Amino acid sequence: MDLKIRDLTHRYAKLEVLRKINLTVESGKIVCIVGPSGCGKSTLLRLVGGLEQPTEGQVIQMGEPPEGSLNPLTYIFQDFALLPWRTVFGNIALVLEGHGLGKAEITKRIEDVLARTRLSEFANVFPKQLSGGMKQRVAIARALVVNPAVLLMDEPLSALDSQTRELLMDDLVSLWERERFTACYITHNLNEAVRLGHEVVILSRRPGEIRETVSIDIPLGERTAENPELMKTQNLLWNMMREEALTADRQLTET
Amino acid sequence: MNSTETVGNAAIDAAAPENGRPVPFRGGGFSPKRVRFVAPVVFLSLLVLWELGSRSGFISPLVMPAPSEALGALGDLVRSGLLFKHLSASLWRLVIGFTCGTLLGLTVGTLIGLYSLPRATFAPLVAALFPIPKIALLPLFIIWFGIGEGSKIATILFGSFFPTVIATYGGIDAVDRSLIRMGQSFNLSRAAIIRSIVLPSALPAILSGMRISASISIILLVAAEMIGAEYGIGAYVLLAGNLMATDQLVAGVAILSILGLTVSWLISCAERYFLRWRV
Repeated sequence: MDLKIRDLTHRYAKLEVLRKINLTVESGKIVCIVGPSGCGKSTLLRLVGGLEQPTEGQVIQMGEPPEGSLNPLTYIFQDFALLPWRTVFGNIALVLEGHGLGKAEITKRIEDVLARTRLSEFANVFPKQLSGGMKQRVAIARALVVNPAVLLMDEPLSALDSQTRELLMDDLVSLWERERFTACYITHNLNEAVRLGHEVVILSRRPGEIRETVSIDIPLGERTAENPELMKTQNLLWNMMREEALTADRQLTET
Repeated sequence: MNSTETVGNAAIDAAAPENGRPVPFRGGGFSPKRVRFVAPVVFLSLLVLWELGSRSGFISPLVMPAPSEALGALGDLVRSGLLFKHLSASLWRLVIGFTCGTLLGLTVGTLIGLYSLPRATFAPLVAALFPIPKIALLPLFIIWFGIGEGSKIATILFGSFFPTVIATYGGIDAVDRSLIRMGQSFNLSRAAIIRSIVLPSALPAILSGMRISASISIILLVAAEMIGAEYGIGAYVLLAGNLMATDQLVAGVAILSILGLTVSWLISCAERYFLRWRV
């Protein structure tokens, strides 16, 4: 299933945050959206998944979601959004409730997804006992259990320290190689963008417009931190963004 | 060489050399811990002091009966079988009134917490009615609900209703909106979001509201039983007071105190069980 974003414009009262966004997220690809802070990246993602209504324009699902997909558009949040009173198992069970699955079926699916994300031994642990990286792994498992068609990832690694971020990036790469998931990945971190994105979309400062789209052809598995090609792309992106970031930094947040 | 170095380091640790001094410790504190046995010791020593004061004649029996006398009155109460009658009458009213008040309060509090129109309707009403002492309304309740059980249960019901409403919607207001957004993003139904996200988040606030409403209920129970009740702890205390039987009065008050302690302990147990994820 592809996602097509057509002429998307969004305003809060009189403040225009996004202007005429046109973008396609192709099946099996990761599209990274980068931009200076306050450019409306997160708003864009909320619009894409239907958590907010755009002022103008549409987001269109092209084709049918895969069979057995319980929640075609599934988010992964920056702050993990795990229920503190439920164990890892319970947190994943939450999103399977209300689909008419039997208890045995739910348990089977959760065990399966925990095994796939190598979390099986943490099934009965509360979020408070987990590190940030493990919490985000649980949130990823929770997203995978519903068989999403497109993952909408809102700065999923931004709340983590840089070592954990490296580890999780490796996890995401190997996960993509196994499952070939489709994702729209928001980040302000250019390194994440060049490591994970098949396509990197640069937004301008507010009101966010698409400034540039850069395709990266190196297979995800070969994108090590030292890859010179990748470094070059990252520098290129930074040069495109620099001016925007500088101006955005001096912008007032609310008018 | 090596040994002198070690000695030098040790000297730094023990007393700072020359013109330096160790950084003074200024952290710690602000985290009361659970200390066992202090509470029983405090209770017991107060009782012992009191008993000694009475025996020595320092406390006149007219002013205050000795604990042993109050205990005697309590023993009479147990032997005559009246304790069971009084206690069961009181507990029955308390349980019915408190349960109904809490359930109604939870419902109204949830409505206020979740929907605009009920909030606009009920929130000002609650603010207007909560400060009225329910005891002042007791005569009205007697006219409305009769002199029997109705008026007593109604008093307790109203007493526990308002604190529960306020605690519930306060708790719901404080629910982390990102968790609700997460629920919506997974297409959970509205009912499921309320059941699995909103109410569990509000539970700590609801339970601490329950602590307050339970105490208020006990106060109102006694007040209500002082009017037209044959049995009940309140009726027993009132009768004792009218007869100037201070030993019975103290015995009755002690029962109320134990009732309060029991309720508080039950709520602590509930907190430990339902909020174990917070540890």
